[in-house]
Amino acid sequence: MATTTSEMTPAAPAVTANGLTKAWRWFFNRGRGDSPFKTVLIHTALIVACIIAVYPILRVITISLRPNDTLLTTSLRIIPEGATLDNYKEVLFGNAAKNRDSDFFLWIWNSFSITITTSIIATILAAVAAYAFSRFKFPGRGTGLVFLLTTQMIPAGMLLLPIFIMLANLKLINTPLGLIIAYSVSSVPLTIWTIKGFYDTIPVDLEEAARIDGASHLGAFTRIILPLSTPALAIAFLFSFTGGWSEYLVARVVLQQNQSFTWPLGIFTFASQFTVEWGHFAAASVMIAIPTMLLFLYSSKYLISGLTLGGVKG
Amino acid sequence: MEAESPNRRYLSYALWAAVLVAVYLTYARFIAPNAAGISLNSKILVSGFLEIGRVLVLICGGMALLEGYLYLVFYRQPRNPVTAVVMRVLQGGIAFLALMFVVVFLSDIGGLFELGEGAVGAFFRYPLAQFDALTKTLTGVKSIGKDNAGAASGLLLAALLLAALAVIYFVSQPRNSQLGLAYLLIAPALVGIAFLIFYPFLFEIRLAFSNASLGTKATKEASYGLIYGWQNLVALFTGNVAKEAKFFDVFIRTILWTAINVTFHVTGGMILALLLNRPMKLQGVYRTLLVFPWAVPGTIAALSLRNEFDNRYGLFNILLTDLHNFIVSLGPAFAWLQSIGPVSWKQDPFWAFVSVCLANIWLGIPFMSVIILGGLQSISSEYYEAAEIDGAGKWQQFWNVTIPLLRPVLTPSIILGTVWTFNKFDVIYLISQGGPQEKTDILVSSMYKAAFQFYRYGFTAMFALVIFVILLIFALVYIRISGGLKSAYE
Repeated sequence: MATTTSEMTPAAPAVTANGLTKAWRWFFNRGRGDSPFKTVLIHTALIVACIIAVYPILRVITISLRPNDTLLTTSLRIIPEGATLDNYKEVLFGNAAKNRDSDFFLWIWNSFSITITTSIIATILAAVAAYAFSRFKFPGRGTGLVFLLTTQMIPAGMLLLPIFIMLANLKLINTPLGLIIAYSVSSVPLTIWTIKGFYDTIPVDLEEAARIDGASHLGAFTRIILPLSTPALAIAFLFSFTGGWSEYLVARVVLQQNQSFTWPLGIFTFASQFTVEWGHFAAASVMIAIPTMLLFLYSSKYLISGLTLGGVKG
Repeated sequence: MEAESPNRRYLSYALWAAVLVAVYLTYARFIAPNAAGISLNSKILVSGFLEIGRVLVLICGGMALLEGYLYLVFYRQPRNPVTAVVMRVLQGGIAFLALMFVVVFLSDIGGLFELGEGAVGAFFRYPLAQFDALTKTLTGVKSIGKDNAGAASGLLLAALLLAALAVIYFVSQPRNSQLGLAYLLIAPALVGIAFLIFYPFLFEIRLAFSNASLGTKATKEASYGLIYGWQNLVALFTGNVAKEAKFFDVFIRTILWTAINVTFHVTGGMILALLLNRPMKLQGVYRTLLVFPWAVPGTIAALSLRNEFDNRYGLFNILLTDLHNFIVSLGPAFAWLQSIGPVSWKQDPFWAFVSVCLANIWLGIPFMSVIILGGLQSISSEYYEAAEIDGAGKWQQFWNVTIPLLRPVLTPSIILGTVWTFNKFDVIYLISQGGPQEKTDILVSSMYKAAFQFYRYGFTAMFALVIFVILLIFALVYIRISGGLKSAYE
């Protein structure tokens, strides 16, 4: 028993017999009166869950490191035999021998510029509208809020055709601007709800005090409420960003040339050519997923608080 | 919040500097020498920045004009009858101009209805025709040039509108408005939603009552009428929705798909959250690792899972093969287990459905567990202490304390989770593409096929409407039963 626990706690000072006892105490003492057996059981269950959660992702890294001749193998090793960075090189810099340029940076840039622009627009629109929904009892407020929620029932892809026709008539197909327009308000209804939930938690007294001091209503909003709501605005921005960053369906319809692809379309061209480019797909995925996941994990605390805001308030 | 000592601050500066140096070194060492093979270059970058700048300026300018107009409507009033006339005429004129523009936009660009080429059409198109004529004239001016003519005439129009607004401002006096600010604040979002959600929705309703398809060149030569709507509806319920699948088969599969996924998401998320919701070591590590499937970009997760369902080289069949060999090695006593072995994930409809469900369950559990954990942590331990004093066991505590107190968190997330799963297009499209023989299609993926593989636009629009109504009914019923959302907007 003792050995298993010290394995599970690499940070524990477990060298001597005395150390083992210490590690034992360190590991078990803080339980809510759980017996050691139960604690071990819980940790085992969580470790199994973690393996299930992480292993498929590790496999992508494995495949990306495989040399091209052993791409197809039934080995389950995490670091493959003869690990190489060739796949990464070819994805990043192209292959001069095959006379093929790398579009990887182009795709990332396309995705990045489109997503940043839409997130900025969406966040501003939502932040401003949410304030009205939070503080004013104007006619149509209840209907408006329900309407915003109803837009979530619109099946994916239903609005694609009209938007496509509109963009085609404006000659915006294959341009980043077209996709920016298509994305810009898709996240607004839900973010209005989120930000409104946050505004609701800020006492009205704050604005009233500011207005007594001579600020206008708008001034109270921009100088008091907005700075206080930075976390909620960050959440809204992240929502829009993560929504657009890996979006596939709309992008596929709006962008049809390799040059204007966003990265999801780009890596799909790798993945759709089956075995040949599996390694390239994996390498590109790893390079995109790592920064995305870092950003996500870094901000997940805020994301979660944003998701639970509307409910917890109740 | 921990107190930030000066040392700590310098450390973070040093870290940022190190990151910058690392980025530069990576660039100099790896990217610059290989720049020849990279299709992104400084020219594309610069034009990209300009493009973004133009979009933002355009949107900000438009919004500023809109806000200015609304401000004058709500916060200014005429000084005397004479200025009242000036003011109302100008305001009415601008509003009418905007209306004409919207009408032309919806008919010529949006395709919502036909203005026709007659007198009515000409009347509504008049301002836009003048605008085009202006652009053409400006194209002729040497110092402006062809590329900037559009921008120049746009600026001219904006200046004209601005001048009109200024006139209104100077002939009026301030007044108070209780709700004016609310409308001012909502207007930008409302315009966006009207053009990009509400208008497309109306368009789909109109399209549902048409015979639009590839043969009619989408909407250009399509006919509209109630009869076509009826035909679409009949075709939807009796014919094939995509190539060979029938509506009710797909519908039942969608319900199954939603029920299986949401059940597993909620129970799995609940179990993980309950396991994590206690003072314990390594909690942070587990929480971080468990959220991984959610943190990976969806497209990447779905595409790599698709590869893992490969019959020979995918993870699942490798594991199943190993398990099979293991059982065989146990000898004849376990012969009854020997049918366990690799399955054909792509060819067998049942296993294909299992594979998409597995993938989506794996993707969705972290979200629910995080939400539920957040809810659990907001429950005060006093409730449990009180329940314990009353002699309630753990199980009773779970059903009578935890679940009721989690309801405000659970209700909205179950509604949204159900709607999102029902609409979960990308997992199915990217992993099985609905195959084999459309046996893993759900309603939305069938709909996508009907539109973009079979080009039955009118039919697809009716299909989408039916899905929308199904979802709406579900949400209304669920909200009515659980009474969960009321508190959120009152």
